[in-house]
Amino acid sequence: MTAPTLVDFDDVVDRYDPVLGLEVHVELSTNTKMFCGCPTAFGAEPNTQVCPTCLGLPGALPVVNRTAVESAIRIGLALNCDIAPWGRFARKNYFYPDMPKNFQTSQYDEPIAVNGHLDVTLEDGTVVRVEIERAHMEEDTGKSLHVGGATGRIHGAEYSLLDYNRAGVPLIEIVTKMIPDTGGRAPEVARAYVTALRDLIRSLGVSDVRMDQGSMRCDVNLSLSPKGSGILGTRSETKNVNSLRSVERAVRYEMSRHAGVLDAGEKVVQETRHFQEDTATTRSGRIKETSEDYRYFPEPDLVPIAPSAEWVEELRGTLPELPWERRARIQQEWNLSDAELRDLVNADALDLVAATVDAGAPSGDARSWWVSYLSQQANTRGVTLDALPITPAQLARVIELVTTGELNNKLARQVVDGVLEGEGEPDEVVAKRGLAVVSDDGALIAAVDEALAAQPDVAEKIRGGKVAAAGAIVGAVMKATKGQADAKRVRELIIERCGA
Amino acid sequence: MSDDLTRLSAAELAGKIHSREVSAVEAAQAHLDRITAVDGDVHAFLHVGTEAALASATLVDESLDAGTAPASALAGVPLALKDVLTTTDMPTTVGSRILEGWRPPYDATVTSKLRAAGITILGKTNMDEFAMGSSTEYSAYGPTRNPWDLGRIPGGSGGGSAAALAAFEAPLAIGTDTGGSIRQPAAMTGTVGVKPTYGGVSRYGLVACASSLDQAGPCARTVLDAALLHEVIGGHDPMDSTSIDAPVPAVVEAARLGAKGDLSGVRVGVVRELTGEGYQAGVGENFDAALRELEKLGAEVVEVSAPHFQYGLAAYYLILPSEVSSNLARFDAMRYGLRIDKGASAEEVMAATREAGFGPEVKRRIILGTYALSSGYYDAYYGQAQKVRTLISRDFAAAFEQADVLVSPTAPTTAFPIGDKVDDPLAMYLNDLATIPTNLAGTAAMSVPSGVAAEDGLPTGLQIMAPALGEAVMYRVGAAYEAARDAADGSPFAARTPEVKA
Repeated sequence: MTAPTLVDFDDVVDRYDPVLGLEVHVELSTNTKMFCGCPTAFGAEPNTQVCPTCLGLPGALPVVNRTAVESAIRIGLALNCDIAPWGRFARKNYFYPDMPKNFQTSQYDEPIAVNGHLDVTLEDGTVVRVEIERAHMEEDTGKSLHVGGATGRIHGAEYSLLDYNRAGVPLIEIVTKMIPDTGGRAPEVARAYVTALRDLIRSLGVSDVRMDQGSMRCDVNLSLSPKGSGILGTRSETKNVNSLRSVERAVRYEMSRHAGVLDAGEKVVQETRHFQEDTATTRSGRIKETSEDYRYFPEPDLVPIAPSAEWVEELRGTLPELPWERRARIQQEWNLSDAELRDLVNADALDLVAATVDAGAPSGDARSWWVSYLSQQANTRGVTLDALPITPAQLARVIELVTTGELNNKLARQVVDGVLEGEGEPDEVVAKRGLAVVSDDGALIAAVDEALAAQPDVAEKIRGGKVAAAGAIVGAVMKATKGQADAKRVRELIIERCGA
Repeated sequence: MSDDLTRLSAAELAGKIHSREVSAVEAAQAHLDRITAVDGDVHAFLHVGTEAALASATLVDESLDAGTAPASALAGVPLALKDVLTTTDMPTTVGSRILEGWRPPYDATVTSKLRAAGITILGKTNMDEFAMGSSTEYSAYGPTRNPWDLGRIPGGSGGGSAAALAAFEAPLAIGTDTGGSIRQPAAMTGTVGVKPTYGGVSRYGLVACASSLDQAGPCARTVLDAALLHEVIGGHDPMDSTSIDAPVPAVVEAARLGAKGDLSGVRVGVVRELTGEGYQAGVGENFDAALRELEKLGAEVVEVSAPHFQYGLAAYYLILPSEVSSNLARFDAMRYGLRIDKGASAEEVMAATREAGFGPEVKRRIILGTYALSSGYYDAYYGQAQKVRTLISRDFAAAFEQADVLVSPTAPTTAFPIGDKVDDPLAMYLNDLATIPTNLAGTAAMSVPSGVAAEDGLPTGLQIMAPALGEAVMYRVGAAYEAARDAADGSPFAARTPEVKA
């Protein structure tokens, strides 16, 4: 297979209009599965969270998880959707070893939520309204592990292992309508939408929405239309897009690839593609010789879902403060400019700062830590900010130690480093590393005297009333005490000793 | 002694056990002995659970000896369970190679209820593979033979359960009815079979044929016995979403009331579209005689019309295969059952296993259903069939405005010779013409013996149909008719069953 011809992104945008569509799967964090009572905890021993129903044993039957329906309705309401007063599940029939019944119980033409929207704020403050086509309930499949062979893929594997723990975990699939007119901002819009959706669902408390653990998964649909023509192109569907950054990169790559195909006078193949994290490219999935026919029909083992208007309104009443409402409140409470708020949001730090403030820290200090020092640390480690091994409560304690003068800023960074290295709670790190500020005047006076003696010319200037020169002596004392001195007290002692 | 016990009705046997005249173990042993004696010829059972049966009966005896009240009106009475309901202590094969030897890790709700009622499960009975068939000839383990004539079929799919009753191998049995699989074998073997209202008995642990049509129900030699068993297995089950959350109709009381022989005030509707042409002469004659009997009992016999019943068979053979094609997809060799390790990929193993594991009728219906659900055909086939289903339900609703129960012959003929229709699927399908509308509408129906046909001496059945959850009046009419028929004959119908001879 020859490498695709890629067209420069700016060139693509000059000549084509991208049309985006996003399908996001969210694994609900219900205690039990969609249609049985098995637990849903992530990471359990394979095939320990299974029963006759989710293993698809002969004779076993599904029963709908009411909490999952509630979560679906709450997601629908938060996305400004209409909630269907009546709807059935359907069976999507296809054979695959990790699907126990060889059909997936899903909603097909009768989704629980339709016709909503989500307003998405871009980095520069532009607001884009993304129209939501539908949100529907379905069950997850099991997982296949292909053993042997070079790629970990099924082709070339010696054998495969199946884990059905995930089989039957409730999923909500949220599908946008086509998102037109985003031009060169299509990659950014895609990322901002998925981010906003993630924040929204997190605020509802119905899912972990962890893309790295697969509890949130995104499929990117993209097509190009010749600029201004309004003629829709053929779309590709890119799966395996497992981070916010990848969403952006997948859109960007597909735009360049589609343009290359179209420029060559060829047709874009309607196909499923897989995003390759390492190269930021997409690769064609299995070419299907025939188009898949899922033979959908209403699931006869379940009764229709018919949420009453009263129940829907009751659930509307349980919606928490939604992300945009919360941002407005926080901006006011912390007295932030629009740009400061955006920086926080763009750094993905809002929740972390808020949690740190909740743990007792002043918002300014909390912001500064997360946006600067900790963001650098996350970058260095190549992880997202929320994946750093420090909790908002731990950071709040460090900030408290600085406020009370037990640490200075330099020491505080060392304490944070210790926590990040897994050395324990901030107070333990202080004790183990011996990082407490030296405020014992006796030891400090000795160090000050020594520093003054080493730099007699500077000492003379201070004695002569040039107090500003004390800085050099402070620096020397701090160096001698390995930064553990309280700089303010050192300065006082220098002036005192020089009688200035 | 042994022989006497196997000839008793379940109610009589329960009475002797509860009064400690007979032990539950003696009752179980008598039937196990009978199975040993005749089942080589009849082949009603796929599995006989001797040890489990005796162990269960022993527990009942211990409990009764300790002075504890019987767990149910049928505690200690033996029963034959159709091999479509899961059992942890016996295999469950559904009459198919693909589940040969499969030992389920869970009991069906019906199985659990039988156990809780202290009923002794003797074994698992033969059936057409996955309950698809009307003769039990499509069992992968060989046909069951009709105790009235071993050269003939016992009906199907529940031929094993019905034959076990007629051969006195058990006084009670469980069947399942998707298009007539309880009622048609009952008619063919001169026994009583009831298809309860859809949702009246839990389907949890019933290996699905067609989910929207399947319903487990009681089989017995008398209407009262069926009613007693009905009350044991019926009722709401939170494990089955389609189970009805309502009390079980008071069918025992209704059967006792009916047996007093007064049907005055009861309107019996004769469905015009289910009478007339197409019935064997003796079937028609016995049906007419039954109508006269009902009138004598004081019932008002009226004619009703159900114009859409004529489309029932066609709709059924689109809906059933569609559901079958999906329900049977899970038999793929990955987790349980037969596995043919041929080929390099999972898909090839699945294909080889399904090729070897399913019989011809199952394959036929999977292919029909796959086709009917295919893109481009769905509306014309499945969609239209669902509309017919709605029309049939409306026909029933209209008919039940005019009559409390509806009646028809259960099956168009008496039992036919083994091999007669096995290669002619359409002829086989016509067996269920009169029983299918009830499954499509989700209503209730039963078959009660209506004598033997003059021309061949084989039993015929009277079908009594009732509205959803209207089982009480159905049992009342059935019991009244049964009592009048027995009085006319001078003996219970079962006593007319010939001795099994090879």
